[in-house]
Amino acid sequence: MALKDITLGQFFPGSSPIHRLDPRAKLIALIVYIVALFLAVGWQTYLIAFLVLAAVVAVSTVKPRALLKGMKPVLFLLVFTAILNMFYTPGRELFHFWIFTMTYEGVARAFFMVIRILMLITATFLLTYTTSPLALTDGLEHLLSPLKKIRFPVHELAMIMSIALRFIPTLIEETDKIMSAQRARGADFDTGNLVQKAKALIPLLVPLFISAFRRADELATAMECRCYHGGEGRTRMKQLRYRPADALFILAALAVCVAVGVLAHFGW
Amino acid sequence: MPFIIETRQLHHLYSAGTPFEHSALNGVDFSAQTGEYLAIIGRTGSGKSTLIQHLNGLLKPTSGQVLFDGEDIWSSKERTRAVRFQVGLVFQYPEYQLFEETVYKDISFGPKNMGLDEGEVDRRVRQSARFVGLDEALLDKSPFDLSGGQKRRVAIAGVIAMEPRVLILDEPTAGLDPAGAAQILENIRTYHREKNATIILVSHSMEEVAREASRLVVIHQGSIPYSGVPADVFTHGRELEEMGLGVPAMTRVFARLRSMGADVPGGVYTIPQARDAILAALNRSKAPARGKELM
Repeated sequence: MALKDITLGQFFPGSSPIHRLDPRAKLIALIVYIVALFLAVGWQTYLIAFLVLAAVVAVSTVKPRALLKGMKPVLFLLVFTAILNMFYTPGRELFHFWIFTMTYEGVARAFFMVIRILMLITATFLLTYTTSPLALTDGLEHLLSPLKKIRFPVHELAMIMSIALRFIPTLIEETDKIMSAQRARGADFDTGNLVQKAKALIPLLVPLFISAFRRADELATAMECRCYHGGEGRTRMKQLRYRPADALFILAALAVCVAVGVLAHFGW
Repeated sequence: MPFIIETRQLHHLYSAGTPFEHSALNGVDFSAQTGEYLAIIGRTGSGKSTLIQHLNGLLKPTSGQVLFDGEDIWSSKERTRAVRFQVGLVFQYPEYQLFEETVYKDISFGPKNMGLDEGEVDRRVRQSARFVGLDEALLDKSPFDLSGGQKRRVAIAGVIAMEPRVLILDEPTAGLDPAGAAQILENIRTYHREKNATIILVSHSMEEVAREASRLVVIHQGSIPYSGVPADVFTHGRELEEMGLGVPAMTRVFARLRSMGADVPGGVYTIPQARDAILAALNRSKAPARGKELM
């Protein structure tokens, strides 16, 4: 697998209504939706959460296949959670093997747990797939700005985040390139035991670190050349502005959350 | 003469199955003979880097075949690895791959991976250092203390030390001053001559490739529209310029002369050729005039 194919946190440019929403609205809606997911009890509430998510995915024009591909890294976590829940939930016995007991309640709980994690990840991916990293950090900076009052370095944090996000693809590309170059000289990254594999990484890591430091140095110089001196008094070319659609989106998320909460608490 | 390296209907798709999917090679048939010095030219994104990474098995074709000595390089895992030592690939800005404490150790990385004994490794390191004009005294220095041009030569020596029968270099002179560039090209010529190796030079400097290579292969949008001796390829001056490839200055001058109606040949690309062509044209135009005088 080429490193370039990693989709985690990747942005798929597009012009769907979801893409065009204000990043702050999407962030708030995501948080509200996650709360709803944790309030959900029983299949009806999960169904509501699922339908809402499916509708947003459909509008976003993000291919479901791309979303599924992103699930691969968490597969292990899912299986692990499912098994743990299946065997360690007390209740009516389904079958018994040695010291393990699988219960009806356990299976049900594992099922809902997996669904919950899947929807949580899908919703989060949807945010990063439809929001450019820059817009996302911009949104975060805005949402966190009240913390400035307690001297929390919001701007610096946002700047660090956007620089890190900006350089992830560059570093991945660089890693790919150095790996190819060392492979061309017969380096073997795939076979051997753990110690051999760790040793094989030296020809990759040394040049990678050197180039990362060089890049950091160059970037710092470039920023200073353009008179960067921190966040104070800095204006933006692209101002964030809430539009009616954003308000509607947040309200819809709140409505879902309240509906799920009420249903879960009082039943039908 | 049999081909040392050959591709058959090579296709390559990047990021297959994502919105970023794009095709970099569309059925490329490329071949090179033993001892040939050829150049691949194409603008950024034309597929030239993708092609050369297929030639030593760093990229796997989406479909199609890569043959080395007439045998598929993907027939077994061992075969792929063995081919990587036979087909040396020097990447762009290779000085960024240096990692060892000393120049000597860095150059010996390839030969050591080949499993050669110490004596042979030592011989190869010293010989390849000589090939690229590195002083013996530099071998014990840290590669990070050298100048940019020296670093580049260390990196090239690291590939040459594997004594590949095919040496591919991706823009080996990029970012060097003219003297440094000239020296690297001279080193490559030496290797070509003394080892009878096949050289594949990737570049977008037309003057450079026209001077160095005996055959040019043009890549454009993942296929090869033109291939042949420089004079033939440069007769397509207008098409090359439309592909975003500058032709040598002399070729441009002669294309203009021809369009102005002058009786000069196309496919001229060096100053000596231009001088001869103009002298010939002048003689031709004088000849009838002189004939008249005689009558």
